[in-house]
Amino acid sequence: MSPEYISIMKTIKLMEVCGTHTMAIARSGIKKLLPKEVELISGPGCPVCVTSQEDIDKALKIAGEENVIMTTFGDMMRVPGSSGSLDRMKTEGADVRVVYSSADALEIAEKNPSKRVVFMGVGFETTSPTVAATIIEAKKRGVKNFFVLSGFKVIFPALEAIAGSKELKVNGFICPGHVSVITGSAPYEPVVKKYVIPCVITGFEDNDIIKGVTRLVRQIKRGYACVEVEYKRAVKRSGNAKAKKLIKKVFEQADSVWRGIGKIERSGLKIKKKYEDLDAEKEFNVKVKKSVLPKGCVCGKVLQGIKTPRECKLFGKKCTPRHPVGPCMVSSEGTCAAYFRYGS
Amino acid sequence: MCLAVPARITKILGEKAVVDFGGVKREISLGVLAGVKKGDHVLVHAGFAIGKVTKEEAEDTEKVLGELRAVINAESVNGGSGDTFV
Amino acid sequence: MHELVEDMRLKFSNRILDEMADAAELRVDAERLAFSTDSYVVKPLFFPGGDIGKLAVCGTVNDISMKGARPLYLSLAFILEEGLEFSVLGRVASSIKQAAREANVKVVTGDIKVVEQGACDGMFINTSGIGVIEKGKGVGVKPKSGDLVLINGGIAEHGMAILNAREDLGFKPPIKSDCANVNFEAQKCLKASEKISVMRDPTRGGLATTLNEIARSSNIGIEISEKDIPVKPAVGKLCDVLGFDPLYVANEGKFVCFVSEEDASRVKKAMGPGARLIGRTTTRHKGEVRLRTRIGSTRILPMLESDQLPRIC
Repeated sequence: MSPEYISIMKTIKLMEVCGTHTMAIARSGIKKLLPKEVELISGPGCPVCVTSQEDIDKALKIAGEENVIMTTFGDMMRVPGSSGSLDRMKTEGADVRVVYSSADALEIAEKNPSKRVVFMGVGFETTSPTVAATIIEAKKRGVKNFFVLSGFKVIFPALEAIAGSKELKVNGFICPGHVSVITGSAPYEPVVKKYVIPCVITGFEDNDIIKGVTRLVRQIKRGYACVEVEYKRAVKRSGNAKAKKLIKKVFEQADSVWRGIGKIERSGLKIKKKYEDLDAEKEFNVKVKKSVLPKGCVCGKVLQGIKTPRECKLFGKKCTPRHPVGPCMVSSEGTCAAYFRYGS
Repeated sequence: MCLAVPARITKILGEKAVVDFGGVKREISLGVLAGVKKGDHVLVHAGFAIGKVTKEEAEDTEKVLGELRAVINAESVNGGSGDTFV
Repeated sequence: MHELVEDMRLKFSNRILDEMADAAELRVDAERLAFSTDSYVVKPLFFPGGDIGKLAVCGTVNDISMKGARPLYLSLAFILEEGLEFSVLGRVASSIKQAAREANVKVVTGDIKVVEQGACDGMFINTSGIGVIEKGKGVGVKPKSGDLVLINGGIAEHGMAILNAREDLGFKPPIKSDCANVNFEAQKCLKASEKISVMRDPTRGGLATTLNEIARSSNIGIEISEKDIPVKPAVGKLCDVLGFDPLYVANEGKFVCFVSEEDASRVKKAMGPGARLIGRTTTRHKGEVRLRTRIGSTRILPMLESDQLPRIC
């Protein structure tokens, strides 16, 4: 980015990648305190939003089977599949339980040996190592009735796709603080090098977010791009070695469909053959129909920051938190839900 | 994707630990983090300690906002007139 | 069944109930009465800080008190699941008796029905209550412009207590529900000031929902300050860990008071030591509630469409 370009730039577009940041920004009201030249756009780091409809339909089918206890994080309960949700299935009599931790789901399996207990795994690098640890623990304890349905994704391929996008020019990334506790700051370096876009790994407190924005704007104004860590109290360059090893031990990267965006190569995590007896996909072998994004829904563009919620014809009319059409409205941290509730 | 909360390790029980979030305690897993000892501060996500954390510096938000405004209004390096953001 | 009914009569015995007529005959010396009803279906039946019985008394006593009335009489109807242990019913009845005695109200009529297994969750209770509004002491439903908003203590305790107990989330020490009668505090407030325009107890949906309901129905704006909202540290932390916003979590021993500025500190004293000033009404943003955030910005505090769930994102 040439210095001359910077000096004539009217707006600085910063993308916060992580859904937790979207919520924190909306709740703090920080956008109102930023000068209008700094624009914050929400990105696709909301696992609930980007979990494909097929994955949800698989979970719904499994939950409907005999003698199955479906366990899930609360985030997934109300996400609609092609028809219905886990929450609806629960009211209709299916045994669906919200758990705080995958370790609790394993305990449920041990306490209910006559049932098949399935854990719906959704999330990015913050969460996948914890479920990898649970899978290893299950095997170690010889638990035969515990299965994981992996909907895990990896954020970096999506980050690259956005950085390289012709449709959108992001000037800087507010990078996910807790994903980075696991991955370290190193994986952002190739993105910065290739696309020359500043990346600041930011925490979630009000001051963290303001400081993250400050560091990005400073880089942009000075005409350089590098990876900075605002969240120094938790993030190291090398990350959490043990956690990274666990992900590699249990999962392998595979192509993955991001709801509203489509397939992104090597952006998903599949359970390795070594642990296939805990793989719900192998155990249940459910077939679901291909998903179609509802007519008029532009979640895909919203997730990539190309459109704002207000530019969607369905926003606030056919699509509201009470009757969500697309994923961005379903998730409490989805861009559209945040806009609807807290205003832009 | 990242709801994690700091807590202090009060007891180690093998691969598990009891943490204190500040008035409320819970047993969590150390399965994902090595080298944890009693008294350490960790970030807890979905029932697991995912990394060590040090205390956030208490800083006045007004001061932090002031720094942002100063950076916004600074001249661009080598730039022409540099735009002023107010 | 007849024995069950007789046991209950003995438990709650008073002159009116002992008549065991089809209806209770009441004599009230008042021009205006407050009348309220509520059904209680809480799970689990017993939780730290209370149980379904205590809840059934406090809930209705509090609703009546919010109208400025002094609660006097309660009806008590049970729907019991077949197979429910007598000891469970006994414990709940004792709780009801104690809560009623503390509130100085009498159970004057009741009913018991037993339904087949699976038709209800152990026990459902309905209570209806009657209270008297003393002359000049009634409380309306519309705040006035310029009113200040007070609350009598920390929020989110009941909802988090129930969640932790019901879902067996493993957080210790278990959060205690704030389930309590607030009729005496409410009466003290009315004695302290004649300029109270609204009193309301923020139960299901939390403080944010109640304030939104008031703002919408009276077409007035309300602004509250995030840093002034009282939350007990342990409760706040549990909300953080599970991703809950305390403003939307249920309370059962709390009430808000809209009162004119000149009487606010007198009423705050009457509400008790935990009382705080949290906001004010405004003619701006009519029908909406706005929150002044910790960093000095403002945002809308919306109605939430559904109950919160623990989240990891």
